[in-house]
Amino acid sequence: MQQPYDVEVGAGTMSPETFLRVLDPRPFSVAYAQPSRRPADGRYGENPNRLFKHTQFQVVLKPPPVNVQEIYLESLQAIGIDLRQHDLKFEEDNWEAPTLGAWGVGWQVMLDGLEITQFTYFQQCGGQDLDPISAEITYGLERIAAFLQDVDSLYDVIWTDSITYGEVRFLEEVQFSVYNFEQADVEKLWEHLRLYEAECQELLSRANQQPQELSVAEQRRFPILPAYDLCLKCSHLFNLLDARGAISVTERVGVIARIRNLAVGIAKVYSRMIARESHG
Amino acid sequence: MADLLLEIGLEEIPARMIAAAEAELARRVEGLLSRQRLGGTKITSYSTPRRLAVRVEGVLAQQLDMQEQLTGPSWKAAFPDGNPGPAAQAFAKKAGVAVSALEKITTAKGEYAAATVQRAGQSAAKVLTDSLPQEIGALSWPKTMYWRSNKPERFVRPLRWLICLLDETVVPVEFAGITAGSVSYGHRVLYGDRLVPIHRPADYPAALEAAFVIADPAARRHRIRKALDAATRALPEIRWREDEALVEQVTHLTEWPSIVLGNFEPEYLSLPEEVLVTVMRDHQKYFALEDKQHALAPHFLTVLNTEVDSAGMAIIRHGNERVLRARFNDARFFWNYDQKIPLSARVEMLKTVTFQRDLGSYFSKTESNLLMAKALGGAVASQGISFEQAALEQAVLLAKTDLTTELVKEFTELQGIVGGLYARAQHQGEAQGEAAAQAIYWQYRPAAMDDPIPPTLEGRLLGLADRVATIAEMFAVGLEPSGSKDPFALRRAANGVIKILAESGLPVTIEGLESLALETLPRAGKVGGFLKERLDFYLREVRGYSYDVVNAVLSTGLTTVADAIARAQALTDVRGSEDLAAISMAFKRIKNILRQAEDKQEGQSIKAEDLIEPAEQQLYAEVVRVAPQVEALRAEQKYPEALERVATLRPAIDSFFDQVMVLAPEAHLRRNRLALIASVLSDFSRIADFSEIVAS
Repeated sequence: MQQPYDVEVGAGTMSPETFLRVLDPRPFSVAYAQPSRRPADGRYGENPNRLFKHTQFQVVLKPPPVNVQEIYLESLQAIGIDLRQHDLKFEEDNWEAPTLGAWGVGWQVMLDGLEITQFTYFQQCGGQDLDPISAEITYGLERIAAFLQDVDSLYDVIWTDSITYGEVRFLEEVQFSVYNFEQADVEKLWEHLRLYEAECQELLSRANQQPQELSVAEQRRFPILPAYDLCLKCSHLFNLLDARGAISVTERVGVIARIRNLAVGIAKVYSRMIARESHG
Repeated sequence: MADLLLEIGLEEIPARMIAAAEAELARRVEGLLSRQRLGGTKITSYSTPRRLAVRVEGVLAQQLDMQEQLTGPSWKAAFPDGNPGPAAQAFAKKAGVAVSALEKITTAKGEYAAATVQRAGQSAAKVLTDSLPQEIGALSWPKTMYWRSNKPERFVRPLRWLICLLDETVVPVEFAGITAGSVSYGHRVLYGDRLVPIHRPADYPAALEAAFVIADPAARRHRIRKALDAATRALPEIRWREDEALVEQVTHLTEWPSIVLGNFEPEYLSLPEEVLVTVMRDHQKYFALEDKQHALAPHFLTVLNTEVDSAGMAIIRHGNERVLRARFNDARFFWNYDQKIPLSARVEMLKTVTFQRDLGSYFSKTESNLLMAKALGGAVASQGISFEQAALEQAVLLAKTDLTTELVKEFTELQGIVGGLYARAQHQGEAQGEAAAQAIYWQYRPAAMDDPIPPTLEGRLLGLADRVATIAEMFAVGLEPSGSKDPFALRRAANGVIKILAESGLPVTIEGLESLALETLPRAGKVGGFLKERLDFYLREVRGYSYDVVNAVLSTGLTTVADAIARAQALTDVRGSEDLAAISMAFKRIKNILRQAEDKQEGQSIKAEDLIEPAEQQLYAEVVRVAPQVEALRAEQKYPEALERVATLRPAIDSFFDQVMVLAPEAHLRRNRLALIASVLSDFSRIADFSEIVAS
């Protein structure tokens, strides 16, 4: 079990607990809740089903057990969904994150017409072919809570006995929608993006100039994890600019490529470090 | 004779891939059995989201023994001096026969040493164990994945079990780390982890049915349709909207289908039907319901992959209704949000939407469309066809603006339609409002050959201008489609042009479109050849004219598409007649003679005084008499009558070729006769090039 990552991310996949861990050939499994910020999905708290920030429960299984689907179904039973009283389908949905150079094959799991989970066999991450493959199971917590509690609006989800989700989060949704759509200073956002990108690139170029004969202990000191944080910052700034309507369709492809370059560079360095570590 | 069963158990296969995979697996197993001389009399295939299966009856337990003749070195090399040399020894050893058993055979290449060997037939179990894994692995999937460590194989989804039975015996076929057994699995929820033993292949469908799996997709499809009918019967005057593609999809999403009828609040019916249906069908896979007037009713049908009691039914209905309500709310949010910026204010926003990298934004695409539509409209108007010029211009100006709306970003399949709906809402009461809205709404139709063309003239002109400008500009920057590569769907665009021209009868020729584009657009490639290719395709594949008729019609230079169709039809009607066949033969002959003649006689005048044979005088008289009649009928587009007249030439032509030597030794006679047949060819080839017609 892990704690949520404390840098803004758009999805649980972007936490280093997934993005970097899946690059490692050693077996590893992890689960954590991850608040996920998607500025463009903000609706000023007016739409009962869309949130700027929602919570994903992320499970990564590497390698996936042969009965991974059955285990998943048991997890639904465990949170109180009696499958004999519901309609469940695994429908094709292949996940892709262009800014991370990552993609996988899998399904969206539909429960009574509601997408409650994204189930993915990761194939590539940071442009690296993965081996072993990881299974990634992403539960949409607010949706599942609303489903279990039978409420129409995510804001009506009971948070504790006397407090609703809306009471906890409504203002955040309103204010971040106002900021993300109306008030974020576009020039400054671009500037932040440029600075974080430059810092990340600087680290990457240092990583690539490291001498081959570094000891494992020396190599371990190299700040690739901070470099990844910088890449996450860039990704979030991109999302903000996008929500702000500041990125034309023409520019979009270029900015995505800039961030993917960082993610791919980090994945390469990280994989190299792991390879040396296991040989050294 | 044995009965074979192969079942491949998988994690859920994408619905869109199942039907093709089921058929391919059956084909592969059948092909393998026949290549391996293992018989097989009846083949039955099955599929569900979690399995593909094939049963073959009448499989031989053993291949028949076989004699095979192996060819070795040349006889001379094997027996250099009549006695066996080292080459003969080596060959005999390799073939497993005595040197004395080698025979001399004679082939086209000469004499060779040969050996006849006996091949004992292998057991079916052995052959299948050896060869089935390859067949399974070779199944073609649109998208595959790895799942095992070290990535030994790619397949559509992880393999979970295999069954291979010959009667009651397991054949230990191995694929993806799994060895076949005789145990299957039933429905995930209704049957859980319990095993489903299959004792013999014939038991397969019944054993699965007892485990809540209908293995035969046709049976599931039937069950779904009946259940849809039954559920709808509860509602008076209401029926479910037929949707074959959706029936197909849900058939491949379920192992044990049943139906739930749900409702939504009638207030959502104020949203456009197109939006409601897209949400239901494309996003939720629900069937829409309609009343007798085809108006949407506030209900939906969803196909479940389970069977529940009435309490479960209520829970599932409730859940689906809640999801749909949320989706409709979303659509309503986008609709209202989009109204804050009218389409007319969105034209400027198109500057940030890329059309194509080298061609710029949709703003410049709109400018090109305006130029093209203006020119095309002018050309059509000059032929006396009237339409609302202002409506067309407004439609072209606003056509692409819905690309900036939230609703289209959410429901991309509704582009054009959303623009039309917004234009209607925002320009109500304006003189050209409705006509422009209609044209915008229909701009991407026809999307396929069985799709209707826009109902209004403005819509057709917008559709033509948009597509022709796209093709011309893409060609100008070197983006012609090649082979199977057509990333901008230019063939589909051109097919749309042809279909609109064919069915509207607009007086526009393909050459006309090409020169309009060249004269009007800032940059344009030549589109005539490409459009003609699509016309050829359209006449053959859509209209069903035979290729020789199409060649004959398209070889004569183009008038309008509608005219080409009329000529192809007239020609098809007389194609089987003896007269036409004879004329076609004669025209081929004329072409050959003219090709061989040293100097072409076309345009040469015929000297009546040099026509000395009665047959050539008669032909000349006939040509002079009939040609103007045919020409008059052609001008009036009375093609059947014109072709009838052409056919009357036959006796004169026949006796000409019977009795007259064209290539006479006397130069003046020769020249005159060549001129005569050249004029026959040119005078009567304006409707079609008859020499293209192939004798049936």
